[in-house]
Amino acid sequence: MSLLPQLVNLGYLSGVIMFIIGLRQLSSPKTARKGNLMAALGMGIAILVTLFIPLEQGDNNFILIFLALAIGTAIGLVASKRVEMTAMPQMVSIFNGLGGACAVAIALIELLKYQVAFDAASAEAPSAGVHLTTLLAMFVGAVAFTGSLIAYGKLQGLIRDSKFKLPQPTLINMILMIGSFVLIGWKTFDPTLPLSYVLILMGVSLIYGITFVLPIGGADMPVVISLLNAFTGVAAALAGIVYANQVMLVGGILVGSSGTILTVLMCQAMNRSLINVIIGGFGGGGTSAATAEDQVAQSITLNDAAILLTYSESVVVVPGYGMAVAQAQKVCHELEQLLEENGVSVKYAIHPVAGRMPGHMNVLLAEADVSYDKLMDLDDSNQALADTDVVVVVGANDVVNPAAKEDAGSPIYGMPILDILQAKHTIVLKRSMSPGYAGIQNPLFFDEKNRMLFGDAKKSLQALVSEVKSLA
Amino acid sequence: MDWIYEFLSQNLATIYVLVLATFLGFELISKVPTVLHTPLMSGANAISGVVIIGAILLIRQSSSDDYLALSLGFVGIILGMINVVGGHAVTNRMLEMFKKKK
Repeated sequence: MSLLPQLVNLGYLSGVIMFIIGLRQLSSPKTARKGNLMAALGMGIAILVTLFIPLEQGDNNFILIFLALAIGTAIGLVASKRVEMTAMPQMVSIFNGLGGACAVAIALIELLKYQVAFDAASAEAPSAGVHLTTLLAMFVGAVAFTGSLIAYGKLQGLIRDSKFKLPQPTLINMILMIGSFVLIGWKTFDPTLPLSYVLILMGVSLIYGITFVLPIGGADMPVVISLLNAFTGVAAALAGIVYANQVMLVGGILVGSSGTILTVLMCQAMNRSLINVIIGGFGGGGTSAATAEDQVAQSITLNDAAILLTYSESVVVVPGYGMAVAQAQKVCHELEQLLEENGVSVKYAIHPVAGRMPGHMNVLLAEADVSYDKLMDLDDSNQALADTDVVVVVGANDVVNPAAKEDAGSPIYGMPILDILQAKHTIVLKRSMSPGYAGIQNPLFFDEKNRMLFGDAKKSLQALVSEVKSLA
Repeated sequence: MDWIYEFLSQNLATIYVLVLATFLGFELISKVPTVLHTPLMSGANAISGVVIIGAILLIRQSSSDDYLALSLGFVGIILGMINVVGGHAVTNRMLEMFKKKK
């Protein structure tokens, strides 16, 4: 047995392992950069090894391959350097679309070759299974391609949600999807059908990609891009079956399944379901207005809260009665020290009526060994808050209620408050959404800057401490 | 339905790999913080560019006078390579923001 095929397999195996490790590392902020480089290295090895696979037929055409690789690399590098940080999602969408287009190109050529074999009833004709897989690869790749282009257009502001409205989008999409599957099934069972069936399938799939994304609101585009990315992964995996190529199969499926999970997680972060995004998304404007009226407070996970705190420069803690009740000041001090060790500046904003009586909070904090120069009074706090990255509200409610400033009908109107919405982010630790001591609802909780961390203040802080530790 | 049975039995190892990889993919990202959603999406997107391998194999298997296959494959490699290189480069740029500013 010759050595070359073994080396090729070894190369593919290491490529697959690097994809897996890379994806794993990409899901933690500490290792994400390493993970990305690892996945890139795996891809490099996989591509390199592919050039050495011993083949029984073909002229290799290496010059053409190297030329195409060089052109693609140059365009990819320049595009990724030039794009602005704010335009990242649409860039990812374009890249993804190109991957889908690549799958379509491959499938098209393969299907053309099959057609010749089918027409001649030659022994080289592929099995029905391979034929079906290739047709599916074309379908999925085409949907990912045009879908991604529409997603790009929406994010870039080229396609407005209000214009380009489809009548009965759900109906159209159902018809196109069923039509695609009918064509795929028909061609599979009767492979001698003329080539035009393949071309019609390609056309229908491309149109389906457009009508699939067009009705979905611009605000939901990141979720859709993630979903389309999973599609491209599936297309790559299907092509991997066609070529009996393990690295394509595993790489594609990894992206397909992890992309699906990521899509679901992104939906959850936005407080929506995937079905809701796909079917319920008739134009972005209507949906976002509805959510504003519904007043949905967004929650944050411990993990996210810990990352937000660790990677910020300045944090201000607003302690309140709830903290005193939960006896959470010692843990709070622990969190403060931990963040300071990570180079985050931490201060406390003390409202005059925080706690049970004036100065009560200072005493509680002093008891927990919080250094005195970290405590700011109301005026100093409000000056410092504009330059603060994250405000953590621990068991305080009314002292941060913007209704005191804005809502003349509110019972606390006119009460001086800590204006924490000046800061970039706010996190409110709270047991539930129940109104505070004054019995009034707090508009702060529904502000888009704010996230809720539900639970007992002491337990939440303890959990935050251990999360921050695991990050550092 | 014979062909389905035949296809399954011929590709049994492939199906095992498919099933295991699917679960692995789910497990790998079951817990990821919101701040990493976009970079992770971008990184996974770069990996989906693995489809480029198919385009390379296609060109290698084609004879040098099959101009249709060569030109489509050529375009396919370019598109796939933009996805791979651009995807990883963009991901790297996003992740640079997580570097601790001292």
